[in-house]
Amino acid sequence: MLSIKNLQAKVEDKLILKGIDLQVNAGEVHAIMGPNGSGKSSLASVLAGRESYEVTCGDVTFDGKNLLDLSPEDRAREGLFLAFQYPIEIPGVSNINFLRTALNEIRAYHNEPPIEAKEFLRLTREKQKLVEFDAKLTNRSLNEGFSGGEKKRNEIFQLAMLNPKLSILDETDSGLDIDALRIVSNGVNKLRSDKNAFIVITHYQRLLDYIVPDFVHVLYDGKIVKSGTKELALELEERGYDWIKEPVTSESV
Amino acid sequence: MTTTTSLYDQFTELYNKKETLNRNEWLHNLRREAFEAFTVQGFPTTRQEEWRFTNIAPFLKEAYTLEPAAASLHENKNAGSIPGLDAYEIVLKNGLLNVDVDIPGIRITPIRTGIQDPALQQYLGKHIAFRNNSFASLNTALFENGIIIEIAKNAVVDKPVHITHVYNAEEPFFSQPRILMIANRHSRAEIIESVFIKGRQSLFVNTVTECYIAENARLDQYHLQTAPGNAHFVNFTQVVQKGDSLYNNFTYTLPGAALVRNNLHLNLDGSNTESHLYGLYLTAGSQLVDNHTLVNHMKPHCLSNELYKGVLMDQSRAVFNGKIFVQQDAQKTNAFQQNNNMLLSDKAVVDSKPQLEIFADDVKCSHGSTVGSFNNEALFYLKARGIGEVAARNLLVNAFAFDVTNKIQIPAVREYVEKLIAHKMAEAYD
Repeated sequence: MLSIKNLQAKVEDKLILKGIDLQVNAGEVHAIMGPNGSGKSSLASVLAGRESYEVTCGDVTFDGKNLLDLSPEDRAREGLFLAFQYPIEIPGVSNINFLRTALNEIRAYHNEPPIEAKEFLRLTREKQKLVEFDAKLTNRSLNEGFSGGEKKRNEIFQLAMLNPKLSILDETDSGLDIDALRIVSNGVNKLRSDKNAFIVITHYQRLLDYIVPDFVHVLYDGKIVKSGTKELALELEERGYDWIKEPVTSESV
Repeated sequence: MTTTTSLYDQFTELYNKKETLNRNEWLHNLRREAFEAFTVQGFPTTRQEEWRFTNIAPFLKEAYTLEPAAASLHENKNAGSIPGLDAYEIVLKNGLLNVDVDIPGIRITPIRTGIQDPALQQYLGKHIAFRNNSFASLNTALFENGIIIEIAKNAVVDKPVHITHVYNAEEPFFSQPRILMIANRHSRAEIIESVFIKGRQSLFVNTVTECYIAENARLDQYHLQTAPGNAHFVNFTQVVQKGDSLYNNFTYTLPGAALVRNNLHLNLDGSNTESHLYGLYLTAGSQLVDNHTLVNHMKPHCLSNELYKGVLMDQSRAVFNGKIFVQQDAQKTNAFQQNNNMLLSDKAVVDSKPQLEIFADDVKCSHGSTVGSFNNEALFYLKARGIGEVAARNLLVNAFAFDVTNKIQIPAVREYVEKLIAHKMAEAYD
């Protein structure tokens, strides 16, 4: 589904990603861990198409298409979804209007007619229930007045509504209390299927107790320095990141 | 310069001709005082602080006629109508009221006859500082047409009153309508004003509106400024609020008229008043929209709240100048003012000048001004959900204007304004 080869990217002349290789297949959940500043969120941003990042080298193919050639909106329309680490508040744009616009723009891209009002309502109810997100959405501005936890749940709710092929969760667990963490994880687990894939970016192992990954990668200094299975996450939890930072352990699996 | 002088001469000639016929001593004195003030000042120039950013001279060069041939305006049922609005409709043709209007709780008189009533002497021209307002002086000296709207004591008008100003611009025309609104004690009314212009010649409308809001009365005033590019408007609105009254002003200016200058002055002359001023200017082309507001807190315990938002496209220009005075007597004043601007083009220019002068010591006041562009984070967020550039921009502009448009209390007017915004935005991006 997603194939990243030797991806390098910089921000304002500072090289942040220094050659990332990653293969994600349908049905898989990949966790990307690593200390602060290792480039985890940068990888998410580059994949979603944030303009402040400049890709200097490498290839990314997404379902056979060159992802890096696509605009951010076309990446989304092709089925890439980024759950933001800091979802933005947009006063004046209603949640519902925003969702309907997004859904219809994606449908238009695939030459489908706009969703009917009744169907949209049904879908909204169904998905809200699925991700246990009961915030009143009508007549409320996008994320405005939402608590940190509600914002993250709204991200997962949007994910459920847009039904992407590949979802990147950028530190979705940060700022969540244990109940919210459980709800968010349950939502993701219900949405997992053999047709979609997830990249879960996290700093702590905690989230991976709930969303059990197939693979765990450790990102350090702009590179994946270690890959393994979920046991790697437990080892990191126990030993911290320092041992990873030892003179380059090039024998990454 | 010579042509400007000639317009000046035209007015002098007109004044001399008319005032020799004036038999009403009180009115004669008022007009003379106003005209003298105009003569001393002349038309404003950019050397005056209040007109620093708005050069009026190019707009006065036209060979305007001051007294048009008998208006040949045919009734056009749909002229200036607002879809879905249930209101009492009044049409003024070149400022002239042609038919009798019967609205429960309101008395409407053409100003020409109404002015003979000595009771009006306490209102008309009483609160305007002629010395500093050359256009308002000129209007006072020479106005012929317009109306007086008097809302009876205790009357709660059940529907909004919609005044459509129809102007005939089949020849270059300089019009000076005058409107006086008196909201008596405990009355309540909503007045909507919009414009419809016939003809493509240059039109200059110098309007003076005076609103007198008595104790416990409430007046909501809407100005919908949509007009084609041949139109030029200078509006001077003087509001006087007595104790416990409420006044809401909504001024929405859309792409079109080459020049719009709004002066909105409030005298809060009674305690415990509340005033809300909401403004939105969406400008395009080479339009110039200038909003000057003045809120004068004269008595204690009053609240004023002002929010003006601007969205500028193309090479348009806008000016916001908001002044708040808090006089020594006006303790416990709450006065807030905010002006936010969004520039959607590299060539658009806005001059924003908030001013606060406080002479009392126990007050809560704030003012602020911002100029920005699109919030790139918000734009990226929308795109990351599959929303394309144009749709995303539209969402964000509507969101920016939302604080102001959602304050409109009449649903049909709100929908009308929102549709106009979307339509004008789409036009600009075509």
